[in-house]
Amino acid sequence: MLGAGRRAFSALSRPTLRNATTSTLFQSPAALRRLLSALAILEQREGKLNTGSLSAVTAAQKLGGSVHGFVAGSSIKSVADEAAKVEGLEKVIVVDSAAYDKGLPENYAPLLVENIKKGGYTHVVAGNTAFGKNVLPRVAALLDSQQISDITAIEDDKTFVRPIYAGNAIATVESSDAVKVITVRGTAFPAAAIGGGSAAVEDGVDPKAESQTEWVSEDLATSDRPDLATAGKVVSGGRGLKSKEEFDKIMNPLADSLGAAVGASRAAVDSGYADNSLQVGQTGKVVAPQLYLAVGISGAIQHLAGMKDSKVIAAINKDADAPIFQVADVGLVGDLFEKVPELTEKLKA
Amino acid sequence: MWAGCLYWSGTVPVSLLPLLTIARHDLDMSALRILVPVKRVIDYAVKPRVNKAQTGVETAGVKHSMNPFDELSVEESVRIREKKRAPGGVEDICVLSAGPPKAQDTLRTAMAMGADRGIHVEVKEGDDLEPLTVAKLLKTAAEEQKSNLVILGKQSIDDDANQTGQMLAGLLGWPQATQASKVEFGKDDAVSVTREVDGGVETVRAKLPLVITTDLRLNEPRYASLPNIMKAKKKPLEKKTLADFGVSADKRLKVLKVTEPPARQGGGKVEDVDGLISKLKELGAI
Repeated sequence: MLGAGRRAFSALSRPTLRNATTSTLFQSPAALRRLLSALAILEQREGKLNTGSLSAVTAAQKLGGSVHGFVAGSSIKSVADEAAKVEGLEKVIVVDSAAYDKGLPENYAPLLVENIKKGGYTHVVAGNTAFGKNVLPRVAALLDSQQISDITAIEDDKTFVRPIYAGNAIATVESSDAVKVITVRGTAFPAAAIGGGSAAVEDGVDPKAESQTEWVSEDLATSDRPDLATAGKVVSGGRGLKSKEEFDKIMNPLADSLGAAVGASRAAVDSGYADNSLQVGQTGKVVAPQLYLAVGISGAIQHLAGMKDSKVIAAINKDADAPIFQVADVGLVGDLFEKVPELTEKLKA
Repeated sequence: MWAGCLYWSGTVPVSLLPLLTIARHDLDMSALRILVPVKRVIDYAVKPRVNKAQTGVETAGVKHSMNPFDELSVEESVRIREKKRAPGGVEDICVLSAGPPKAQDTLRTAMAMGADRGIHVEVKEGDDLEPLTVAKLLKTAAEEQKSNLVILGKQSIDDDANQTGQMLAGLLGWPQATQASKVEFGKDDAVSVTREVDGGVETVRAKLPLVITTDLRLNEPRYASLPNIMKAKKKPLEKKTLADFGVSADKRLKVLKVTEPPARQGGGKVEDVDGLISKLKELGAI
């Protein structure tokens, strides 16, 4: 029922496109390619474009068709202007409404669905962020599409690569859905650059669906250090740190001496040494920095899932048989309480 | 309304108390009928191996368990009842699994943890269902069971999709609270959920009916005791088929191949901190 409605809707909304393309549809792959159009979902926060979400633009460009950006929220003008400069975007669809500031899925999903139908997009791409994970599957269900989560590569417009089993296997899947709904792994697609682009800015449709959830409050960790998901260097602490005090005392100066973000293993988070949002692994953040330094982390498969694509992995652990040493490019066996402060001092020098 | 008036009138005759309790439930909060979908997956501690034909991972002879996030869902449901956290109480905890015959073991485990009953939707071994299919199945199940709260794991550790709960909420038109680390019940069917998001936590509030997905920090699942495992064997377990829910195992995504990830070789060890620094410089990491 929804499918039929959608077809009727898109037939109404883009008669010119349909007339223009029917005759050339089966002539050449190039003609087919032109029909591809992707909508990249951009995230914003308090009037600022979230650059992490620009991975979606990079991935969408690899599909080979036109790419539009989508952004919604209050005081959207400055975000729209910034988004218009993103390289690779032809057009930016903008919806100006405070109702979308918190990205609540109950109204954001219908908003996306209406704009996807109106634009006749064949692909919808978002980052595999907390927002993307929350909203996109709801969108996919409303479009009757089986979402493809956390892709790491695009083979062609319907074939995608994604890790399964905590990254212990890599699956290549082919989608038969009319609209392909995709979330992308940020570390596999570098964020599109903001600079040379000159996209047209256009108002999107606002179905004004009510959200059944109400946003109450948030408690976000504030830090001057780089963002964990996109940092070039990450130092990560595990159970070996023994307490929150030691974690802060040992890891923070090390991070500062390297200009690195701080991460943590699940053991460290569960024991209260570090905030939940710092967890690296299958169920936390996936990072792939230039340098990942694991301190007091044994290297369980769930942790490796979140960091094994790092360029260089270094480990400091007192257990010479810890599995982390099997993946580390350089390992140092020793007491972290002794070795890490020494390392911090020597890096500062 | 009249129950409220009685409260204001000061003392309440003891004989009226049971009546009053019922009326208060109606006024404050519906009794919870919780649906908990659970999935049987390869045990989290097992390192999966890709099969020779490159069609999937080896499952034969491999230890399977309940998806860890689903254990959290079951535990949370049982705690809501035990700790009387919901003003309307918990009327029913129904666990459901769509999977091969052995998924019944997973359902029994959930019942040993405290679920009241189970529904097993039998799926042929190897016919894994996609999240969209499971969401459609669960929509029908939630309607049939008159559920007003569905608690799912945020993701299954095999497919790592993180979709089913959101899809279900979308299909039902219900609010959703994903990656929950805290669930609190208030008056008038209001539920506040603290969610783990990038950079910290956020709290959202919605009214029942509601879909919640669990994050690791929600609770610490219990081990089922032997007497409870024995008791669970007597709890009702209903058997159903995919056709009962009007869905089939057909897939939208065709798996073309499954391969091993590129292997990473350890680069050996250094003697001291100076060795570490010079190796990192050599590798261009600092």
